[in-house]
Amino acid sequence: MVAMENHKAEIKNLSFCYGQTRVLKNISFSIAEHRVTALIGPSGCGKTTLLRCFNRMHDLYPGNRYEGEIILYPDAFNLLSKRMDPIEIRMRISMVFQKANPFPKSIFENVAYGLKIRGVCDKHHLSQKVEEALKNAALWEEVKDRLSCLASSLSGGQQQRLCIARALATDPELVLFDEPTSALDPTATQRIEELIQELKKKYTIVIVTHNMQQAARVSDYTGFFYLGELIEFDRTDILFTNPKVKKTEEYITGRFG
Amino acid sequence: MKTFLNRNRSHTRIKEKLIKGILFLASLCSVFITGGIVFILVTQSLPFFKTVSLTQFFLDTQWTPLFSDAHYGIWPLISGTFLTTSIALGLAIPMGIIMALFLSEYAKTNVREMIKPALELLSAVPTVVYGYFALLFITPLLQNWIPSLSGFNVLSAGLTMGMMIIPFISSLSEDAFHAVPMSLREGSYAMGATRLQTAVRVVIPAAFSGVTASVILGISRAVGETMIVAIAAGMQPNFTWNPLEPAQTLTAYIVQVSLGDLPHGTLGYHTIFVAGLTLFLITFVFNVIGHTFRLKFREMY
Amino acid sequence: MTPLKNIIRKNKFLDFLFIVLSSFFLLFSLLMLTLLILDLAVTGLPRISWAFLFSFPSRFADKAGILSAWVGTTCVMGVTALTAIPLGIASGIYLEEYAQKNWMMHLIEINISNLASVPSIVFGLMALGIFVYTLGLGHSILSAGLTLGLLILPIVICTTREAIRAVPGYIREASYAVGATQWQTIRDHILPYSTGGILTGIMIALCRAIGETAPLITIGALTFIAFLPHSLLDPFTVMPIQMFNWTSRPQEAFHVNAAATGIILLGMTLSMNAVAIYVRTSFRKKIQW
Repeated sequence: MVAMENHKAEIKNLSFCYGQTRVLKNISFSIAEHRVTALIGPSGCGKTTLLRCFNRMHDLYPGNRYEGEIILYPDAFNLLSKRMDPIEIRMRISMVFQKANPFPKSIFENVAYGLKIRGVCDKHHLSQKVEEALKNAALWEEVKDRLSCLASSLSGGQQQRLCIARALATDPELVLFDEPTSALDPTATQRIEELIQELKKKYTIVIVTHNMQQAARVSDYTGFFYLGELIEFDRTDILFTNPKVKKTEEYITGRFG
Repeated sequence: MKTFLNRNRSHTRIKEKLIKGILFLASLCSVFITGGIVFILVTQSLPFFKTVSLTQFFLDTQWTPLFSDAHYGIWPLISGTFLTTSIALGLAIPMGIIMALFLSEYAKTNVREMIKPALELLSAVPTVVYGYFALLFITPLLQNWIPSLSGFNVLSAGLTMGMMIIPFISSLSEDAFHAVPMSLREGSYAMGATRLQTAVRVVIPAAFSGVTASVILGISRAVGETMIVAIAAGMQPNFTWNPLEPAQTLTAYIVQVSLGDLPHGTLGYHTIFVAGLTLFLITFVFNVIGHTFRLKFREMY
Repeated sequence: MTPLKNIIRKNKFLDFLFIVLSSFFLLFSLLMLTLLILDLAVTGLPRISWAFLFSFPSRFADKAGILSAWVGTTCVMGVTALTAIPLGIASGIYLEEYAQKNWMMHLIEINISNLASVPSIVFGLMALGIFVYTLGLGHSILSAGLTLGLLILPIVICTTREAIRAVPGYIREASYAVGATQWQTIRDHILPYSTGGILTGIMIALCRAIGETAPLITIGALTFIAFLPHSLLDPFTVMPIQMFNWTSRPQEAFHVNAAATGIILLGMTLSMNAVAIYVRTSFRKKIQW
């Protein structure tokens, strides 16, 4: 399968149940460090559910159950273990949501949020980190003069980049993107795709997308999911040109989805 | 056939118009009521202001319109209203908002379903019953700890009024918190925030205008409250900031005069309308402010 | 990693403290409510007897009863209901089904929302000027009923509107599609389906009216009535006023009478609230959209 690169995370026999329904079935693959891994598949195949297992978002709602492991390197923690504190996990893994959800605060306060809840008070340090994060998110030039303006004054694409900056400000070990451009226009989408390519130099990225072409453009590794199972996982160039499983080929050629 | 249908249709049309007209007139009644209130308050206060100058009204520090040495300064009544309202809200605002946050952000659904109706019961108790409770239970209880507390005092009345207003503030605030979309909370939790951090740093700012609306409407409710203060705070106008003393509010004054034997048309009779007009103006201003905040909140979500 | 764990521990501790504080507040509020009910019950329940329910007030506390008071309450509530229910439901129907969103509707809505927050005693003042003197109805049951009816009108209007709003649009469309007029649609479809909500609103409104004291004092309800009213224009008293009167007397014995009246009043308001909630849930079960 996939080897020869450093693993940032390894998913082993992951299953997930909403109440009585088994939504994810025995999933295993690895996330390579400093690479973009895309999860694709038709709607309802469980890719967002899988993504939300990484930062234990399912813990917020009652009636869910994890089985299997997600091992995070280099410390080799099992993220799904009951002994792991979800709050600590979420401080180390960041998420960007499908629809931009900036807080009703200023641009500066939004990006600084993650740092402030960790108890960082030093104004100078905060300004530095905010500027760095906004530069990494390719938003600094557009907002550097209005950091105290409300985040809601930004356009949709800018708000999403703000959410990316917010996610990056805390130096996460893993950045999760849940269909980040599905609510944006093509220009904004392109900017964010370019940004993701830049970001992988510093961060490890997992992206869920229902847009196959986006996965082909942006990712290094791709996993194809169908009805809660991982059908095929390989390097993007191989998966899209020479898929080994028939179902993958059918999805990629548009026979269903 | 055609003529039959036509006649039927025009008959129905007239009937429909009639019904619509009746219903319209019914809905105008609210406008008439407001008109009636304003009309009466203004016309019945005018005779007062013909005798008493505005300077007297606003600058005199005593309110003794029924004594032979009559004074007509409105401040003692306003200070009484202000003091009781402040104490009531000093209790109700923190308790109401904190309880609303707990119910909205922490409590499981079944816990919330049990607690909410119980809190609503607090507002279903008639105010005269609260007045009894304030005078005959709270005051003796407080006198154990504060010996200098007089039998009629602002503190007991204020605290009891606060209890009555809590469900008002907590239920409106909780509705405001509930309207904040889950996506905002998820954004905060995904950064590693606890429920308290999310509640204080994200939910409250997002629901701010809704919470403010609930507070302002709570103020309006407290200012207009009558029976609790009439029973427990005493009937002596007293220009004081000390809650351990008795004081009279605008509302209690109206009750006092109404209980007495004041002939229609005397200056004393008109004083209650002056007090009522002052009361109406104060609550009207608060209502308008509260309403604008509520509209602003609804716009956002 | 340790500094991070420390911060997380501190954050979680504050979270825990908040839970403790809010639980304390909740328990405190419920405790106060319980104490209120217990205090009234312990003092007042023993006093309740046939004699108490069927005697007139008296200078002697042990001979006094609430006959005139509850008869007065019943008569006043009758007039209140007859005033508020038709007017309220009619207004609610008009505003929800007929009115166009123009300045006039806006004005009416602002009025209703303002009236809902006007202090009840101001209603009493208006009633004093208009009903008692200008219209010459005197300090009577009729004046009282009209006053309270107008006082609770905004509640009935708002709950009627909410109940009507809850009826889905496709029901209306289906009715119009078979050729029904607007009134026929309302009469045959909208009203039957919103009955639950409307009834609930009426109960809540009447429950509020039963406990109202201030406006009735203002229009001159007397506190010592030793006879039963014969007509709507007779003087009267109501239970809250009787309780107020007895509470204000210095003698302990009258306080006991007040507590007895109070527990009856509480029983009435709390059970009416309970019935209202029951009506609402049972109607909700019957009609599943």
